[in-house]
Amino acid sequence: MVVDLDRCTGCEACVVACRAENNVPTAGEDEAARGRVIHWIRVERYWEGEFPNPRVRFRPVLCQQCDAAPCEPVCPTYASYHTPEGLNAQIYNRCIGTRYCGNACPYTVRYFNFFNPVWDKPLHLQLNPDVSIRQVGIMEKCTFCVQRIKAAEIQAKAEKRDLIEGEFTTACAQACPPKALVFGDLNDPQSEVSRLNRSNRATKLLEEVGTRPSVTYLERGTWRGEKT
Amino acid sequence: MVMNRDDIARLNEDLLRPLFRTSGRFYWAALILALIVIVALAAWGYQLWAGFGVAGLNRPVYWAFYITNFVFWIGISHAGTLISAILRLANARWRRPVTRCAEVITVFALMIGASFPVIHLGRPWLAFWLFPYPSERRIWPNFRSPLVWDFFAITTYLTGSTTFLLLPIIPDWALVRDKAKGWRRKLYSVLALGWRGTPRQWSRLETAMHIMAVAIIPVAVSVHTIVSWDFAMAPVPMRHSTVFGPYFVAGAIFSGIAALILAMAILRKVLHLEDYLTPLHFDNLGKLLLMMSLFWLYFIVAERLTVWYGNETSEMAVYWPTQRGPFAPLYWTMIGCNFLVPFIILSIKQLRTVAGTVVASSTIVVGMWIERFLIIVPPLERKYLPFAWGTYHPRPVEIIITAGTFAAMALLYLLFVKFVPIISIWELKAGVRQESVVPIPASLLRAPDLIESPSPSGLTRGPAGFSREVS
Repeated sequence: MVVDLDRCTGCEACVVACRAENNVPTAGEDEAARGRVIHWIRVERYWEGEFPNPRVRFRPVLCQQCDAAPCEPVCPTYASYHTPEGLNAQIYNRCIGTRYCGNACPYTVRYFNFFNPVWDKPLHLQLNPDVSIRQVGIMEKCTFCVQRIKAAEIQAKAEKRDLIEGEFTTACAQACPPKALVFGDLNDPQSEVSRLNRSNRATKLLEEVGTRPSVTYLERGTWRGEKT
Repeated sequence: MVMNRDDIARLNEDLLRPLFRTSGRFYWAALILALIVIVALAAWGYQLWAGFGVAGLNRPVYWAFYITNFVFWIGISHAGTLISAILRLANARWRRPVTRCAEVITVFALMIGASFPVIHLGRPWLAFWLFPYPSERRIWPNFRSPLVWDFFAITTYLTGSTTFLLLPIIPDWALVRDKAKGWRRKLYSVLALGWRGTPRQWSRLETAMHIMAVAIIPVAVSVHTIVSWDFAMAPVPMRHSTVFGPYFVAGAIFSGIAALILAMAILRKVLHLEDYLTPLHFDNLGKLLLMMSLFWLYFIVAERLTVWYGNETSEMAVYWPTQRGPFAPLYWTMIGCNFLVPFIILSIKQLRTVAGTVVASSTIVVGMWIERFLIIVPPLERKYLPFAWGTYHPRPVEIIITAGTFAAMALLYLLFVKFVPIISIWELKAGVRQESVVPIPASLLRAPDLIESPSPSGLTRGPAGFSREVS
């Protein structure tokens, strides 16, 4: 995935789309204030100066699907698991809730279910049947909408063809109005993400920690609203 | 010096009294402690029933009080077996009345400590998935995970230290069997495992003790090293440090000795063991404690100075809150508790008394609990991305469960003292006779308890209770 920070407006459509797609429960005000809110993708806001003249930067942060993910080796039950496709999967059934992966993740993108999931009405009527809901006591995080990837793969296999670029994308990328989020196959040098990945604006988040993340951020290093 | 009939009778009377006579105070103490433990268990039940959210944990502080307690109690467990094994191997003469009350701390503290990773689990009913067993899920535990190393380290240490505790109890249980009547005689006949005190049995016991004493030391060191690796292995600022292994081992021995001194002081007072646990023991352990306090200071300086000098952004975000930010009061309390107070008390000979070492030990136990808290919480509050920073406040469930563990420790100790002579009687007797435990006549342990043989010429000093004139 490539995230173009120069395009991101901080509208949080990605956050809403992700919640709807992946059956992310709502925490409620009190629990959110205690730090129990779950959002697989979040838009981080950094700013300088105070109103009315703040300079703002937005950074959508989701699981970076690291190649050398610190969350994987520490899990005692293989709940945090590297798939052959290179995804960093979370296998809910295996998770016993040590929360070690949540400690080890430098991006703090792993979320613990402090309670059984609840949805404010009428959100409980729009749950996605393709995504399992998670019970109390286990970790969850961004899956890169693995259910969409799998569905497209199965479809392609049934039609005896290869996957076509653009056939599927993640909910966040689909919802992004300025197309700041682009999802695709980095192994295909012709793909859109591969092209963007070669941009001279490309950076990785916390690369110095040695996680080898799969998400690339494009940024010129300017504040929102500045003329360039 | 020769022990005569009166000495032996007095020794047996003093040390077996708690097993045969129980005062009302015991029942009251046991009742109160048991109530606290039950309340703590109820709190855990409430957490299971209502969901983990009733604890104060949050994102990003996924580990806090429970893991602090885990490290704290595993640290306390290094009191016993390790110290006792070292003193045995060094053949320190003054160790004899101390070893058992130290070893039993290990076993109980380890049991309490090991319960915390389970209490802390999101789904504790699945804790057995850490066991390597051939399951229908056809999956092993992940041997790369430090938590799995922990599982093996702790089970090994628990098995080893329990064996190490039980082996030298056998002759004492045989003594109780011979002295007791009724149900006690039946109970201790079983527990004594047919001990008759033959030379062959003594020789085997000594061999087994030697093997265990040597084997348990690397196990103990590895246990707390692996506990430290739970933290040091993951790339978390101020945790990802090579100093953690030895730092934790030193801290564990440090808090362990402090706990031992506290336990000894209580035993001495409650069971009237003033003649056995003498100021000499407190003085010697006080010196050891002083040394460990300096070691601890060395490690914290080594850790903090390198971080401060390196001045790496992500680490300084964790460093400054502990030095002069929200965690500073705790940090400087810890320095006072672990270094200033113990150093002043223990380095002045006149203050290194029973009362003095007890004061120093109390502050150390508090200080070491804070130390573990400061290792666990501040780095999690401020991991790399500032947007995801958070704060942690404990909530009642965690505080009640923490209090419950101290009550559980006291309760287990209390019950143990009722069933086992807390001072190793045969080792005291052997110490009076000579330094080697080997050729002890079987008559020593069987009525009439009497040693007629002359003492070896090399003996200079037995336990303090026997230094009086013997006709």
